[in-house]
Amino acid sequence: MVEEVLVTARFNAKVDPSLTIWSWEIAVYLFLGGLTAGIMCFAAWSLLADKDKELPFAHNRFALWAPIVLSVGMTTLFLDLEHKLYVFRFYTSFQPASPMSWGAWILVLVYPLMVLQVFSTLRRGYPVLAGWTEKIPFGTGLLEFCERWRRPIAWWVIPLAVGLGIYTGVLLSALSARPFWNSGVLGPLFLVSGLSTASALAIIGARQAGEKHFFARTDLTLIGVELMLIALFLINLSTGTEQQLAAVHMVMGGTYTVPFWAWFVLPGLLIPLVLEAFELRGIRGFAMIASVLVLYGGFMLRYLTVELGQLSRWTDYGIQFDPQLLLRLTP
Amino acid sequence: MITYAMVIDTRTCIGCGDCVVACKNENSVPAGLNRDWVVEETRGEYPHLSTEFRSERCNHCAHATCVTNCPTGASHYWKDTNIVLVAAEKCTGCKACIAACPYDARLIMHPDGYIDKCTFCHHRVDQGLDPACVSSCPTHCMHFGVLNDADSLVSRLLRTRNYKALLTETGNEPNVYYLV
Amino acid sequence: MQRREFLKVSALFGASGVMPGLLGGCSPPPLPGTGDVRTTPTVCNICFWQCAATLYTENGRPWKVVGNPADPHCNGRLCTRGTGGIASYSDPDRLKRPLIRVRQGNTQTFKPVSWDEAFAYIAGKMQTIAERHGRDRIALFSHGGGGSHFRRLLQAFGSHAYAHPSFAQCRGPRETAFGLTFGEGVGSPDRTDMANSRCIVLIGSHIGENLHNGQVQTLTQALERGATLITVDPRFSVPASKSRYWLPIKPGTDIALLLAWMNVLINEELYDKDYVAEYCSGFEQLAAQVQPYNPEWAYLETGLEAAQIRATAHAMAGAAPATLVHPGRHVTWYGDDTQRCRAIAILNALLGSWGRPGGFYAQEKVALPDFPAPQPARPEQDWKTEVQARFPLVSTGISNVMVDASAGPDAFFKGWFVYATNLSTTLPAVREQLERAAQSLELVVVVDTMPAEITGYADVVLPECTYLERYDDLRNKAERTPTLALRMPAFVPKYDSKPAWWIAKGLAEKLSLGDYFPWQDYREVLDWQLKQVGSSLAEMEKTGVKAFARKTPIYFAAGKPVDFRTPSGKIELYSQTLAETGHDPLPRYVPPQRPPAGYFHLNYGRAAAHTFGRTINNPLLFELMPENTVWVHPAAAGQIGVGNGEYVRLQNPDGVKSNRIRVRVTQRIRADSVFMVHGFGHTETRLRLAQGAGADDAELMHNVKIDPIMGGTGMRASFVTLVRGEA
Repeated sequence: MVEEVLVTARFNAKVDPSLTIWSWEIAVYLFLGGLTAGIMCFAAWSLLADKDKELPFAHNRFALWAPIVLSVGMTTLFLDLEHKLYVFRFYTSFQPASPMSWGAWILVLVYPLMVLQVFSTLRRGYPVLAGWTEKIPFGTGLLEFCERWRRPIAWWVIPLAVGLGIYTGVLLSALSARPFWNSGVLGPLFLVSGLSTASALAIIGARQAGEKHFFARTDLTLIGVELMLIALFLINLSTGTEQQLAAVHMVMGGTYTVPFWAWFVLPGLLIPLVLEAFELRGIRGFAMIASVLVLYGGFMLRYLTVELGQLSRWTDYGIQFDPQLLLRLTP
Repeated sequence: MITYAMVIDTRTCIGCGDCVVACKNENSVPAGLNRDWVVEETRGEYPHLSTEFRSERCNHCAHATCVTNCPTGASHYWKDTNIVLVAAEKCTGCKACIAACPYDARLIMHPDGYIDKCTFCHHRVDQGLDPACVSSCPTHCMHFGVLNDADSLVSRLLRTRNYKALLTETGNEPNVYYLV
Repeated sequence: MQRREFLKVSALFGASGVMPGLLGGCSPPPLPGTGDVRTTPTVCNICFWQCAATLYTENGRPWKVVGNPADPHCNGRLCTRGTGGIASYSDPDRLKRPLIRVRQGNTQTFKPVSWDEAFAYIAGKMQTIAERHGRDRIALFSHGGGGSHFRRLLQAFGSHAYAHPSFAQCRGPRETAFGLTFGEGVGSPDRTDMANSRCIVLIGSHIGENLHNGQVQTLTQALERGATLITVDPRFSVPASKSRYWLPIKPGTDIALLLAWMNVLINEELYDKDYVAEYCSGFEQLAAQVQPYNPEWAYLETGLEAAQIRATAHAMAGAAPATLVHPGRHVTWYGDDTQRCRAIAILNALLGSWGRPGGFYAQEKVALPDFPAPQPARPEQDWKTEVQARFPLVSTGISNVMVDASAGPDAFFKGWFVYATNLSTTLPAVREQLERAAQSLELVVVVDTMPAEITGYADVVLPECTYLERYDDLRNKAERTPTLALRMPAFVPKYDSKPAWWIAKGLAEKLSLGDYFPWQDYREVLDWQLKQVGSSLAEMEKTGVKAFARKTPIYFAAGKPVDFRTPSGKIELYSQTLAETGHDPLPRYVPPQRPPAGYFHLNYGRAAAHTFGRTINNPLLFELMPENTVWVHPAAAGQIGVGNGEYVRLQNPDGVKSNRIRVRVTQRIRADSVFMVHGFGHTETRLRLAQGAGADDAELMHNVKIDPIMGGTGMRASFVTLVRGEA
C-alpha cells in the first residue's frame, strides 16, 4: 500500500490537479502547422514533377493557402502566450536545445519562402491577384523573379516544409517530462498527418476530377502510413517504463479509450480510409465527406495528443482538500 | 558550476508546512500559488506503517529540462551556479518550461503573466544566508549549502547518511536530497 | 487524483490568458529586502507558547515575521502558525469598531458606536446588575494575556469569578493530577526535559501536529540523539511515524495500559527503588492495586499485544530516569482524566523522572514586581462555594460549570465578559446552553480581534487590535531559563481597534474605578517593571528578549531532601486528598462504552497549520489547510461504501448532523475510529474564508463526560456515523 498525498493544499493554476497549460490554441496551431507543411510540399512537388496539367490546383493555386492557414495558426499561438507583450523575445536569442526556439526561427525562414512560392505561380493560379501585385512598385519584377526561380524555390520549400511538419511533433516529443509525448514516432506521425490533411484539402480545393482522384489515392496511402505510425507509437509506449505504461493506458482501457478510438481513429482515419477506397473503386460521392473527416481527424489527433500529454506525468500526488475553497482567497 | 543543494532530513521532518508559509512571506508569493509544498507518503499495511514527510520545491537540477526547453533564455542559471531563475522580462509565457519539468514542481503562473518559481532565495544566498524555508524550519531538518565544498554541512550529510533524490531516472540531476 | 473529463465545452472556449498577459509584467518586481526594511520585536500570540519574534516591514508594509534567536521558546524559528501570524494584521474580516446590539423592528443587528458610547452602555448595565443582584455576578471567560486587565477591572468592581477554558477543556486534569501527586502542576511551558530524554512516551499527544514550538524542538533533539519514542494513539500520528513502538490502542483504555506498565515495573522490580524510597509515599498500596492489571489482562482491554506492553515497559525502565511519560496537554477525554493523569504521574514517579534530567525540570520565573496600584478588595463570599462547590479541589473557574450557572432566570451569573475565546466551539455541545444563557444574561461583552460564533450572542463587541499593534504584559513564564520578552507594536492599530489595557482602563474610568489603573499608557508599567530588574523599556525595544540566571536548582540534587507541597510532604503515589474527598486514591480501570453498531469513536486533534478554530480565517493558514477531513480506515470505508474525497455528514446517536466534511480513506487510523482536526465548520458568516469550510466536532459530542474531580468536559467519549448522499 502506498498513499502519497499533498499535506499542504496546493493548487497552482494550470499545474494542478493536472497540467492545463495548452488547450485548443496549441492544438489548432499544430494542426494548421502540419497542414501548411503538407500544402507547401504538394505545391512544390507538383511543380517539380511538372504536373501542371494533371494537378492544376496543386501546381498553381494551392500554395496561396499555405500562408493563410499558417497565419491563422500563428494567431492562435499568440493567443496562448501569457506574457504577450514579450513575444518579440523569441527573436532576441536562439536556444539550440529548445525545439520551440528552433520552431520560431524555422518560421522566420518559412514565411518568406512560402511567399516566394506563392508568387512563383501567382499569374497562373490567381490572375486577378497577380494583376494587383503588378500595380505595386517592384511587383512585376518580383513575380518574374519568382517565376524564373520557381524550381530552386520549390527545392528549398520541400526540406523546410518537412522540417516544419516534423518540428510540430518534436516540439511535444522533446518534453520527456510528459511520458505520453516522449516518443520519436510523434514527429513523423505529425508530418504524415499534415500531408494527409493537405491531401484532403486538395480534394476539396481541386476542380478536376482526375486531380481529386489523385489526391484521394495519395491520401489513402498516407492514412495507411499514419495508422501504422499510430500503431508503432502505441507499441512503443506499451513496451516502455512505468510512466509510459500509465500514459498509454489512458487510451487502452482508461478514461480516454472511447474518445481516442470512437471519436478520432474511427471517424478521422478508418472511415475516410474506407470512403476513399470506395471512391477509387468507382463508388462516387464520398470524396467530400472523406476529406472533411480527414481534416477533422487531423485536428483531433493534435487535440487529443496535447490533452493526453498533459495528463501523463511522473509524479502523482493525491489531494486532501477541495481546491475550490482556495478560490475564496482571490474573489 | 557552483552547485547549491538542499538536504532535508525526513527522519525529523514533521510535515508542518512552516517552510511553505515562510516562502510565501519572504517572496510575497501571490495568494493561491505555492512555490513549495509538503508531501506525505505512507507505506505498509496496518498496523505496520511508515510515513515520510517531504518538503518539495524546484530541484534546481544540474541538467534542467526547463532551461534547455526555454525558447528565449528566460529560464536560465544564475551566475555560475545551478540556481534556476526566470528573467521575467524575457518570458513570453509560452509555458514550455512548465511542460518540461518532470516534477511538475517548479513553475507557477504569476498573475502578471510570467513564470514564477522557487529561486532558492538567491537574494539571501547572495548575502550568505540560507533560503527562507530552511531558516524557518522549527525542527531544523532542512540544510542548505555548496556541494562542491567537501567540508560543507550538506556534503558531510550526504557522505554520512543514506539519502535519495526524487525521480533521478528523469536524468535531470536534481539537487534537493532527502536523508532517509 | 481528479482528472479532467474529456472535451468539457469550457475547454474549447477556454480563456487562455488573452487579457491578463497583455498589460502586466513590464518589469519584474524588485528582489525581496531591497527596499526600506524595518524590524520590531514582538511576541507571537497565535498560540500560547508565546515565542519572541521579529516583525519585518518593507516600505511600510508587512513583510514577514521570524523567530527571535535569543529566545529559548523558539531558538530563532517560529512554527507554521507563527510564521503565518503576520496575516492576522491584514485580515479584512477583523473586528473594526465597537458594536452594540440594537433592535430594529423585528430584527436585531449590530450598530457601530464610539468607544465612549460602548463604555457608557457597559458601565450602565454593570451598575444595574450590581443593584439588582450584586457586584459579584459577572463572570470572565478568558484565554490569553490581555485577559488580566479585564480580570483586574472586574475584581475592582467586585466580581472575582473567572475561568480560563484551557483548564476545564484542556490542561485541567493534568494540573490537578500532578498537583495531587507532586504538589505542583506541569505548567506552561510544560516542564518536560525532552532534549535530555532517552525514552519518551506519548499518550495521545501528537507533538508535531500539535505545534508548541519548544515541545517540537526538544522532541526533535531527543530523536536526533537516538531517544526511543513510544507512541500510544489510535491514529498513526506524526510522532507515531517517528516512533520505535506505535501502540494503536483502543480508545478509552489508556488507564489499563498505564496500570499494566506499573504492574510490569513493580513485579519485575524495574522501578527506581531508591527514588521511590526517598521521595514517595503509598508504594505498598499502589503495588497491591496494580496486581490484577497484568499485560495479558491489558491485552483484552486495549487490543495491544502483551509482549509489546512488556517490551515497551522494559524500554522505559532501561532508559530511566531519563524516561519521560509525557503528561500531554489537552487531556480532557473520557471523564476519568484526572485519574489517567494521576496514573501518568505515578508512572513517572516509579521511573524516577520527576526532578531528574530527561524527565521534568523545576521551573523558575523572573521575580518581576507588580506595578504599584491599589489591590481590589477581597470578596466577602467565595463565588466558588455558590457555583462549583462540588469541585472543592479546584481553585480556578470551571468554564462549563460557569456556563451552566449562567443559564436560566435563577442563574448565579448575570453578566459575561468573554475575552479571546470562542465558547461556542471551545466547549462541547454547548450551543443549546449558550442559547439559554443568552436569554437570561443581562450583559454579554465580547472582546476579540476576529468575529466568531460567540460574537453572535454579544450585547457589546469590543475590537481588540492584534498582537502586532499593541503592548502587552511582559512575557514572564515559569520555565527552564527565566526570560522576559517584550511585545511592542509594529503598526498603529487598524480601524478603531484598541489594546486590552486601553479598553479595560477606559471602562474602569467610566465605572469610577480608574484608580486601579494608575498609569496613562501601559509603557509606563513596562518601563517601571523592567527597571526593577535591571533593564528598561528602551533596552527591551531593541533586543526583545532578556534572559536571567536561575536562582534555584533545575533538578533534584542527589542526597538533598525535597519537600513536596503535598499533605505528606512526599510524592503521593496514594493520594490522601482524593481519599478524603471521596474519590479513588489510586487509579483504577473502568471499561469505556463501546460504540453502537455502525458508529465509530470520534477522535479529534490538532494540525500543524492551525491553532484550533482561531486561525482558520487567516489567509496564509487557510491556504495551507482550508478544511478538515474525516480519516476513515479502508475497511470501515468499504463497509459504509464511501470513497476517498467524497463528502459526507457526520451524525451522532442523538441525530445531530455536522456540516459536510471530506472523507480521507487511510490506513493511519484504527478501523473502529475516525479522526478529524478540531476548529473547522465555522458558521459565523463574517469569517469569509472559514465559514462553511469543514465540519465542527464540538457540536457532535453527545456523550460529554464530566470529570468528577476537576469538573472538566471529557470530549472523546462520543460516537459518530457517516451519512452519505446529503453533502
